Amino acid sequence: MKNRFLSLLALSALTLSMLGGCSAAEEAEEEEEEITAQTLTVADPDYYTRFKGQDISINVYNWGEYISTGADEGTLDVNAEFEALTGIKVNYTNYATNEELYAKLKGGGASYDIIIPSDYMIDKMIKEEMIQPLNMENIPNYSYILDNFRNLAYDPENEYSVPYTWGTVGIIYDETVVDVNEEDVDWNLLWDETYTDQILMFDNPRDAFAIAEILLGYSLNTENPDELKAASEKLKEQKSIVQGYVMDEIFDKMGAGDALIAPYYAGDALTIMEENDSLNFVVPKSGTNLFVDAMCIPATANQKEAAEMYINFMCEPDIAYANIDYICYSTPHSAAFEMLDEEVQNDPISYPDEELIANRTTVFVNLSDEANRQMQDLWTEMKSADDETTNRWLVPIFLIACLATIVIVLIRRYIKSKKDIF
Amino acid sequence: MKQLKVLSLPYLVWMVIFILVPIVMMAFFAFTNEDGSLTIKHISDVGQYANIFVRSIWLALIATAICLVLAYPIAFFLSRIDKHKQGTMLLLVMLPMWMNFLLRTYAWMTILGNNGILNYLFSLVGLGPYKLINTSGAVVLGMVYNYLPFMILPLYSVMEKIDKSVIEAANDLGCNAAGVLFKVILPLSVPGIMSGITMVFVPAISTFIISRMLGGGSNLLIGDLIEMQFLGNAYDPHLGAAISLVLMVIILVIMTVMNQFSPDDQVLI
Repeated sequence: MKNRFLSLLALSALTLSMLGGCSAAEEAEEEEEEITAQTLTVADPDYYTRFKGQDISINVYNWGEYISTGADEGTLDVNAEFEALTGIKVNYTNYATNEELYAKLKGGGASYDIIIPSDYMIDKMIKEEMIQPLNMENIPNYSYILDNFRNLAYDPENEYSVPYTWGTVGIIYDETVVDVNEEDVDWNLLWDETYTDQILMFDNPRDAFAIAEILLGYSLNTENPDELKAASEKLKEQKSIVQGYVMDEIFDKMGAGDALIAPYYAGDALTIMEENDSLNFVVPKSGTNLFVDAMCIPATANQKEAAEMYINFMCEPDIAYANIDYICYSTPHSAAFEMLDEEVQNDPISYPDEELIANRTTVFVNLSDEANRQMQDLWTEMKSADDETTNRWLVPIFLIACLATIVIVLIRRYIKSKKDIF
Repeated sequence: MKQLKVLSLPYLVWMVIFILVPIVMMAFFAFTNEDGSLTIKHISDVGQYANIFVRSIWLALIATAICLVLAYPIAFFLSRIDKHKQGTMLLLVMLPMWMNFLLRTYAWMTILGNNGILNYLFSLVGLGPYKLINTSGAVVLGMVYNYLPFMILPLYSVMEKIDKSVIEAANDLGCNAAGVLFKVILPLSVPGIMSGITMVFVPAISTFIISRMLGGGSNLLIGDLIEMQFLGNAYDPHLGAAISLVLMVIILVIMTVMNQFSPDDQVLI
């Protein structure tokens, strides 16, 4: 096994160097051709053909807009390539938040073979035994994962997950309207009353609380009830100037100029900025959250080996590059990183310098059940709070009014029936 | 008669499996803890969301009232025109229902947006921009737009059965227009009004996607709250079941009250 693994490595290194050599020498002439004739090279084709003709299918559950679909001209349709190579059918569905994913898995019913949760959710799922350890012998391409993304706090032994992307949370804003210097941008921009009704906010307690916590100088992973309470007060302050609480809608709304300022993930922000020139994205100076999304296999998966094959396929240099090129997030994959344009490699948004990552970013860890529950309650309270004082007595009054009406009607009927006798 | 009973068996089985059993399961979830022990904690927890309940009931009532006011004249008009024209008109009423619900609501997002069509039109005459989307008004608008056909159709089917000669008789006996409306048409159309109100009010009170898309997440309704318990961040099926149960009771109470106003022999539920 070990021998095979080594030869695999050597082979993939060879393909890599050949690819590298090619593109360096003939980049200029080949550029046009490359777009039309993208052929796929995998290190070990035999590995992928094991299940051919067995009519196997796997269920992949991923974030929206989080894989190269071939929708843009010249890009790979990753799932179609996988199907063509392995003969395994891919059923691909989307979710919008980690919590939605959690609820779907917890509720049972649907069975998935591949999921791509974020750091803190992986932590939680490992603790609740919702995902299973991977057989790394089936995922030789794990060798490409950069050292920075191994042994992270959520999966210290690298047993359960293979990093897919990472990134930071920052502020995307319309620089033609919002009057602020790029260096001065900080989270309090989202509290600026000048831009009332032009601000969007995350519709997800963990991300929203994190922003308030940074502003207040707390840890992003705080479980202190008083600090959580203070953070929710901060969010309540913001509520009157927020246009809406949204997640993926930030794409449309910022792109169309319906809002001026929003917090967003670096990768998605870059995608919008490609479409709308007046937007700018900044990682605020007081720090932010660094997230890692990684591929995992749920404990209830039906096709573990095929799922591992899929993970390995996603770590093929060409595929990893195609994905990262399409979704614009940052890659933890060494070969894919090498394949990126120099401009992207040095882009401070996608690949901030080590100093920033080390000193100003925090990775989420899973909070205790009590802290989660408190955060959730505070969040619901914040979102449902009216600007007017809440009318807790309205429901009892309403019920009494209903009962009174019933009684009145019954009395009326009784009188009527008495009258009818005569 | 016996054979007819046998024919209704498939639906009875369906009803037991897909209506009765789920309600029992919901009640079971609402009254138990994660470990299966009995508790009323979740039911009493529902109290803290009183303002969400009030807002949902209030917005649903407004939407129902607007639907009724809009639908009543249209339904009457529909029932009085030529039979062959009625078909076409009914088709037009139902046409929006053939389109996907989400798509229709999404369209309103582009119309009402800050840079949307309406604000663009306002800007042409030097007005605005107004804040149209992410308000409770937008939520009510979404409800009215989506549920209006459910009000028109039952009203129409009742009014169609009002004999023309009844109205003529009222006129002949010296009744003025207002009298015809309030003493003849309105009483005869009460069953239609009742079922129209039910068909609009019930889905409106439990909607969640309209408030999410047009309310901007800051106008939480009961539906959003329930959705959060099952698919969202909160994940607490027991609390979700408790909220749903309370909602059912509230709807039941409202419907009972409403039925008091309909004639004795035409009680709906």
